[in-house]
Amino acid sequence: MPVLTADPWYALADPTRRRVFSRVAAGPCSVTQIARGLPVSRPAVSQHLRVLLDAGLVDVHRQGRERFYRPRREGLADLRQELESYWAQTLTTFKDLAEQTYQASTSAEEGAP
Amino acid sequence: MSTAPQDRTTLHVTVTVNAAVEHAFRVFTERFDEIKPREHNLLAVPVERTVLEPRVGGTVYDVGIDGSTCTWARVLAFEPPHRLVISWDISPRWQIEPDPARTSEVEIRFVPESAERTRVDLEHRHLDRHGAGWHGFTDLDTADGWPLYLERFRAAVEKPTPAP
Repeated sequence: MPVLTADPWYALADPTRRRVFSRVAAGPCSVTQIARGLPVSRPAVSQHLRVLLDAGLVDVHRQGRERFYRPRREGLADLRQELESYWAQTLTTFKDLAEQTYQASTSAEEGAP
Repeated sequence: MSTAPQDRTTLHVTVTVNAAVEHAFRVFTERFDEIKPREHNLLAVPVERTVLEPRVGGTVYDVGIDGSTCTWARVLAFEPPHRLVISWDISPRWQIEPDPARTSEVEIRFVPESAERTRVDLEHRHLDRHGAGWHGFTDLDTADGWPLYLERFRAAVEKPTPAP
């Protein structure tokens, strides 16, 4: 199981941060552009972006003097992968156990007089 | 093990086992304790065992080494040897979700492919009911994101695992 330095579920639990994230997910944008569309100050938007960056949900690139934020696909995949790998692990263990015990029970029957 | 194309609120994981359907169902339900990964323990202490109560209305719970318990699923359907449905009362932040309206569902189907071979299809659905954490990316058009990721995942799970 990957150990996440910052929890993306936590990052998305806050409704304002989710709106910031949705805006970034719609296409690369600067802090100013995000703040313009939301009833939130620029410093507050910057703080939300910091949490999203730490959680690996967005990344940033510089263009001239501006910094543009964009969604990080791998970060989204991490969220889902955690659950999916949980079930994949369960079924793999299940397969091993079911087959071992099945072989044991059938060979026991064969070996019976 | 394989994963199918899917929408973002449902997960599918499939495995085929060389065993009769009755045996497969019995192992899954009676020995769930042995197959469930223990990494996501919600108790404060290590898990001593996990109990799956084999009836509709039963629950699935972990028992810690100090006797404390954590109930994290309800048995919604129990139809040997073909079908088991449990709720998933765990929030995206890996905490117990007390509101059943905000929980998802896991259906496990046991489909005989021959007398000695069973396909097990697991579907974890209604993930969007968890709200908060999930909402953030059900909004997104990740058409080029998920298939790539799923392909990587398929490659990873199909790698042979060393025998214990």
